[in-house]
Amino acid sequence: MSRPRFPALPLLASLVGGLLLTLAPLPLALAPFKPFWIAMIVIYWALEQPEHIGLGRVFLLGLICDLATGALLGEQALRLTIIVFIVFRFRARMRFFPMLQQSLAVFALLLNDRVIALALRLLSGAGWPDYNFWGAPLVGTLFWPWLFLLLDEMRRMPRRGSQ
Amino acid sequence: MNYMGNPAARAADAARGTLRLVMYLVAALILMTADHRGGYLDALRERAATFRGPLYWLAASPVRVARDVTTAVNDQRAVIAENHDLREALLRARAQLARQSTMDDENIRLRALLGSRYRLALEAQMAAIIDVDLDPFRQRVVLDAGSAQGVRVGQALMDARGLLGQVIEAPPERAVALLITDASHTTPVEVVRTGLRTLAFGTGDGEKLRLPYIPFSADVKAGDELVTSGLGRRFPAGLPVARIVTVEADDSGTFAVATARPAADLLRYGEVLLLREERVAMDAATTDPQAPMGPPALPAGVDANLPPALRAVPSAPNADIAEPIVPSSDAPSPPRPTSAGTR
Repeated sequence: MSRPRFPALPLLASLVGGLLLTLAPLPLALAPFKPFWIAMIVIYWALEQPEHIGLGRVFLLGLICDLATGALLGEQALRLTIIVFIVFRFRARMRFFPMLQQSLAVFALLLNDRVIALALRLLSGAGWPDYNFWGAPLVGTLFWPWLFLLLDEMRRMPRRGSQ
Repeated sequence: MNYMGNPAARAADAARGTLRLVMYLVAALILMTADHRGGYLDALRERAATFRGPLYWLAASPVRVARDVTTAVNDQRAVIAENHDLREALLRARAQLARQSTMDDENIRLRALLGSRYRLALEAQMAAIIDVDLDPFRQRVVLDAGSAQGVRVGQALMDARGLLGQVIEAPPERAVALLITDASHTTPVEVVRTGLRTLAFGTGDGEKLRLPYIPFSADVKAGDELVTSGLGRRFPAGLPVARIVTVEADDSGTFAVATARPAADLLRYGEVLLLREERVAMDAATTDPQAPMGPPALPAGVDANLPPALRAVPSAPNADIAEPIVPSSDAPSPPRPTSAGTR
């Protein structure tokens, strides 16, 4: 796979940014509503530049996230892999959805991810979470259009610069 | 994996994709099981500490900057007020200490009478909690000290008011601690008033501990204080843990269930103390392996050889909860055997 030098840079930058956002502290009341940033960023790149995103890379990325957040090793790897797999399946359609519809699709993805996370929690012996456990996908969906525009801008920047 | 090709290629691609998905899912499940069951992956975690350090530093920097700015613009009045408060606190602590030292002497003599050759020395080390959010549904914190600073897995963690938790990971620079309110944490406790020993389970809620399986015959009431019992040898005995809030029958009606509110401020923390317990010989006499834990009634683990600042630490929270000492003339009246006074 021949990789142009520049487009990988926004991808990496956005992922590092996403990881920092994940770790950045929020007031305690807001913490459960923190969206799954990394997943949303990965969804964007899977839609727009699938040649840079593969299941293997996403799996590795998930492992890195797990190590960074001290979660069960493999948890986010599993969740991200599933998300990307689904996105690849519906990519051709999702890409040309109008923004509202796309946001709804992202909501469905994030909600599905929450269900998987819940299943993993229960399997690992942690109890049922609060109701606000389900708030994160909603917040994520609200942020999606802005994230999409921001990443679009980031993706175009280096190309414009190099021409 | 670009689905732009002809249909046949696309179908083959899809099949391959599914196969790979299944492969990765299995890999993830194996990893999780290995991590959850055996802790086989600790070495990997330790290795990851090198990249986690700078990452945490970066992630916490907005808060740090904000705090610095607040400190910088804090007006003088606030600083003076704080200074005043601190002086008062110091005065109280000194008064407390004065009483403590007589109790220490007494303790030493009583132990000598009992023939115990060992005492527990508590050593404490300050560490700060780094503002990093790990999973919000798990009660964990990151400390700015690690094994390079002498932090070890299993060390107890407390703030000025009581027990916070214990260290579960100690890579060189950043240790991770599990709080007592985490759903997977259990603290062996003792009810101060009655001496009943039981277990306090974390609930995942930062302000609540749960004590199931209390027999109805046991006398436990709202307002009772809980301290560590020292059983299990993970925590030193006598550290304040929580205060009972409610007691009610459980679902089966066979036992009572109590909920308690942690004494330590688990939601608003900054600086914490890491405790290390060491057995020290009382005198140069023969070594006989005596009971490692002292009598539970006294705040255990206070060592007379330590500098006063450290000595005050394990006992100060006790007083803070039970009876705040007025710094003035209030003589240490309560249960003080005459021998100490007449000496």
